[in-house]
Parts: sequence; C-alpha cells; structure tokens
Amino acid sequence: MASAATGAAKPGLLLLRRTDATFTAALRARFRVLDFYASGAPLRAFLTAAAAEPDPPRAALVVAGGAILVDAAFLDAVPSLGCVVTTGAGVDHVDLAQCAGRGVVVAGAGEIFSVDVADHAVGLLIGVLRRLAAAGRYVRAGLWPAQGDYRLTSKLSGKRVGIIGLGSIGSQIAKRLQAFGCAISYHSRAPKASVPYRYFPDVHALAADSDALIVACALNDATRRIVGRRVLDALGPDGVLVNIARGGNVDEQELVAALQDGRIAGAGLDVFQNEPHVPPELRDMDNVVLTAHEAVSTEESRADLQELMIGNLEAFFAGKPLLTPVLRP
Amino acid sequence: MESLGVLLLRPLDTYLEQELDRRCRLLRLWDAPHDRRGEFLRAHALSIRAVVTGGGSGAGGDAELIDALPRLEIIVCYAVGFDHVDLTRCRERGVRVTNTPDVLTDDVADLAVGLAIDAPRRIPHADRYVRAGLWKANNGYYGLTNQFSGKRVGIIGLGRIGLAIAKRVEGFGCPRTRQQAYPNYTYLPTVVQLAAVSDGLVVACSPKEQSRGIVSREVIEALGPRGVLVNVGRGAHVDQPELVAALAEGRLGGAGLDVFEAESDVPQVLMALDNVVLAPHMGSGTRETRKAMADLVLANLEAHALSKPLLTPVV
Repeated sequence: MASAATGAAKPGLLLLRRTDATFTAALRARFRVLDFYASGAPLRAFLTAAAAEPDPPRAALVVAGGAILVDAAFLDAVPSLGCVVTTGAGVDHVDLAQCAGRGVVVAGAGEIFSVDVADHAVGLLIGVLRRLAAAGRYVRAGLWPAQGDYRLTSKLSGKRVGIIGLGSIGSQIAKRLQAFGCAISYHSRAPKASVPYRYFPDVHALAADSDALIVACALNDATRRIVGRRVLDALGPDGVLVNIARGGNVDEQELVAALQDGRIAGAGLDVFQNEPHVPPELRDMDNVVLTAHEAVSTEESRADLQELMIGNLEAFFAGKPLLTPVLRP
Repeated sequence: MESLGVLLLRPLDTYLEQELDRRCRLLRLWDAPHDRRGEFLRAHALSIRAVVTGGGSGAGGDAELIDALPRLEIIVCYAVGFDHVDLTRCRERGVRVTNTPDVLTDDVADLAVGLAIDAPRRIPHADRYVRAGLWKANNGYYGLTNQFSGKRVGIIGLGRIGLAIAKRVEGFGCPRTRQQAYPNYTYLPTVVQLAAVSDGLVVACSPKEQSRGIVSREVIEALGPRGVLVNVGRGAHVDQPELVAALAEGRLGGAGLDVFEAESDVPQVLMALDNVVLAPHMGSGTRETRKAMADLVLANLEAHALSKPLLTPVV
C-alpha cells in the first residue's frame, strides 16, 4: 500500500528462488516480496495473481538450473515485468529473444562465479587424471594396507588442454592450467583477439589435438550436444572430458557408451542431462569424478552473489543501467 | 652391466624389473620367504654389488642391510626421498647413493595442488555423495564449500617441489606465497608465524631430521578453524595425533594428505571426516613419471658399472 506522506511504497519483486534467512530479510527491507516457493501455489496461478495486483511487480528474481523457465508464457503472464535477475552462471533458462522483444532487461551473475567454476574444473581434471577421488575411496575402504600401492595414473603437467568456450570461465581455466605447463587450445564461435592460445574453428579438430577437453561454453542452440560421438572418438582412448558447463552440451548417452567401451579414458562431470539423476553406469567407474552441480557453490561466491542481485535490482528500480546486464548473443 | 649383481628389495615397477632382469644379474629379495631373508642374503652376499630400493618409510637401505653385503658399491633409490638409507654407514663404507630428483617434481606439485583445491572444495566428498545416491535423495541439494582461489598459501620447503607448487598456485591468484626455510634447530617460531598469516599450508620439504614434527600443535592452532593443511612431504613432518585431534574437534578447517606417520596406516578418525582428503602416497604415481624414474635408476646403474659419473648422486 502506498505511504503518501513518507515516500513511495517498496517496489514489488517476484521471488522465484529459495533463499536463506539473511538474504530474505535483505530483500524484504528493500522490496515488497512475492515469494513463489512460500506461496505453495502452482507457477501459473502465482504469476496471474501477481499480475492482478494494483501495483504489479516490475522485477523478478529467478533461480538458474532450468527449474523455472522465463519464456514467452512466463512473460505473457506478468506483462508488468521490466527486469529479470537470474542468479546462475548460465542463462539458458531465460529466453533472451523474448525478453528483448518486450523490452525486459536481464541481469546475470556476471563474472562472479568464474573463478570458482574454473577452480572446480581444474579440480575435476586433476581428479580424473590422478584418480584422486577413486584413490580416496581406496584408502577409506581399507585397501591400502590390504592391496598395497594404488595403480599408476596419468600425468597432468604438460598435457594438451582443449577448452570449448573461451569466455570468462574458459579464460580463468586456461590461465590456471598454463601454470601447470599445459598447452592450451580453444574452440569458440570466433577467435578471440590477443589471446596466446591456439584457435580451432572446428571442435572435432580441437578434440583430436587434445589430451583433455574441457566444456566451458554457454548452452544454446549452437552448443547443444557439441560433444557427441564424433568429438569423443576424436578425443580418443587416452583423452579425458571435463564438463562444468551444462549437461545439455554433451550427448550423455554417447558419453556413457564411450566410457564403457574405453573409447575415452575418463571424465570429470559437475553437470548432467537430467539433474540430480546421474547415469547409474557412471557410479561404478573409477575413471570418472562426479560432483553435484556445485562448481559455483562456495560461501564466498554466495555472499558476493547476494550483494550483486540486490545491486542489480536497485539499479533497475532507480532507472540506472544494470550492473551485470546479459545481452543477446 | 650384465655382470652387475643387483638386489631388488621389493616389487617396484614392472618395466624397471624387466629391464634390470634383462641388463643385469637380478636377485629379488622377496623370492625368499620373510623368515629366511637373512639366509638368502648370506647366500648371495658376495655377488651383490648394487641394491635398488623404493621410497617411503621402511623402504630398506639401513645399516643392517649394508653390513650384510660386503661387496656393496651402490644403493640406487627409485624415489626422491632417501631417508630410508643410512647415509652415514654408506659414507663409512664408500657406498654411493643415488635418487630420482626432478623427474617427479611436476607430479608431486600437481597432486599437492589437487589436494589443496579438494580440501576446501570437497570434490572427493561430493563424488562419494553422488555415488551414494544422496544428491537425488536430497532433491538436488548439496551444500556450500569454500573458495580456493585467492587464498594465502604458505609453503614449507621451497625446494624443487615447493617452487613448482608456488608457480601453480600463483595461477589461481593466490598472493605471493612465502617460503619458510628451516635452519638447524627443532623449534621454529617463524613456521608458526607463517601459519598465522596463511589460509593454507603446504608441506613440501625433504625428509631431514630437523623437519620432523615441524607442523606442531602450535602451527596447527595458528592455522586455525578455517585453515587447511596439505602434506606431500613426509608423515613425520606433522604431529599426526595433534592433527587428527584438531580436525576431529574442528580446530583445523581441513586437510589433504598424501603421506602419513606410518604408511599404509591411516587413522580411522580421518576416514570419517568430510573435510579431509586422503591419498595413498601417490605423489609420483603416474605412468609417465615412473617410467622416467625407472630410466634414471637404470642410467645411474649403468654409469656406475662403466665407472662414469653418476647422474643424480646423493652420496
């Protein structure tokens, strides 16, 4: 309700993600929060009710990961929306074309997660080549005294690394692996100016020239299943795959088959086609490292993210440019 | 070196063993049952001129063995650490000793960084969580971990391996790492100071008597409840009972350990902790590096047999 004497009412905000108590309090201090998960209502009903309010919300804060799609139907349901703020590293759950067509600005997480995701990628790569996770299970199962030394593994330093997608995350991965003496090559839509790495216009050629292939690109129509049978075969029986992008970037069935057949040597995976479902075949393999889509999930990033989300919302409501706008590719 | 009598103390590496068999007169200590090893040594004593050992505690090369082999000329270690060899006795007897430095520097540094990332980021724990079906059972939930990049890393021992670790962690934006060289006495206040200004400590020093217990209770306390300890040196560098207690009680934030006081004995308490990453002394355990180590062992033996300068002598 407007408070005529003391100033404008707090602007309405659709909240479509789970948050912790501190963050919820911070949001409520600044905005009139319509909380989807607290409402218990189905999405359509929730949006329709919000749109029917006397002062309908102009901004929405949405979770990433595909649980909620900001598509034409979503935008049609709340025509008052002018701003969508999303919180993940990827924006594949937001239809950027639809947003642009309606003048809805989109704010993302910028480069806030890049460092954590890059660290996770390197951790997965060391984990799959040096079997760190599997060796840990070996120790925890009491096999070291019983069976002796762990089997020999594969060296990381000096290996050829191919990165698919040299954006903010891909660049951070490259910088880290260079310090391990790795030779870095990459594939992206177009070569990047003034990067010291070798560019491959063809992803198959990149895979053929790599000992380790790291998927670090956004998920869109051009990159859906960019890693399929041909790329895996090109990577070869001594090659390993690391995916910290989206499950949809990899043909998961082909990946499982390639691992089962020994057509590639191993994989480090933080993302999957149908999370949290992980193909059961992978769970028995020692040459695979599996993590729970958590490359972004550090306490430090979470704190930075909350600050950034509020910053973007305040900028929008003040009529200022977003801090971390997502532009149409 | 076909006439060189070489005693191999235990199975180390198939390639190495095959080459030794092919190029020397190889004797395998484990051909004799445990209780008859003394007999075996006596029977072959006059033909054994070289001994090949592995690494780690109990790898052999002690005074007893040296004394049992009157014709011993050289001990060749398939390892960079040689703390298992009685160097004093070797010097007294004029026995040469070689190790395998440099070829394994990258591997040990890679593993150290892997442990340093895995301890705060809990990758092996997440892997166990997913394999146990908990990610699905908990509806896609996994908690928050701690960031690695940008943290202050203190390296104890800035030799070849320490320097290689420093180079790698600098790629993660970790502030210029500090080294702590240890002089010739046991109590080192400055290691405590290093711990106090570090988010993580990496132990990468060589196994000398002075560095025994260098990571003491005081150092662990200075590192604190958000601090992480990584050890790729020797279990003996760390006060293990203190470390275990500190981790169990939350006085230390986490650890990544490739070495232990008595290998392969890993305290049960550590196995139950999610913030501890455990590895079975595999710092140099890659196919590429073990082949390079084996070739270096063979090259040292050959140089000795031909009276040429040893490639990587310790004594």
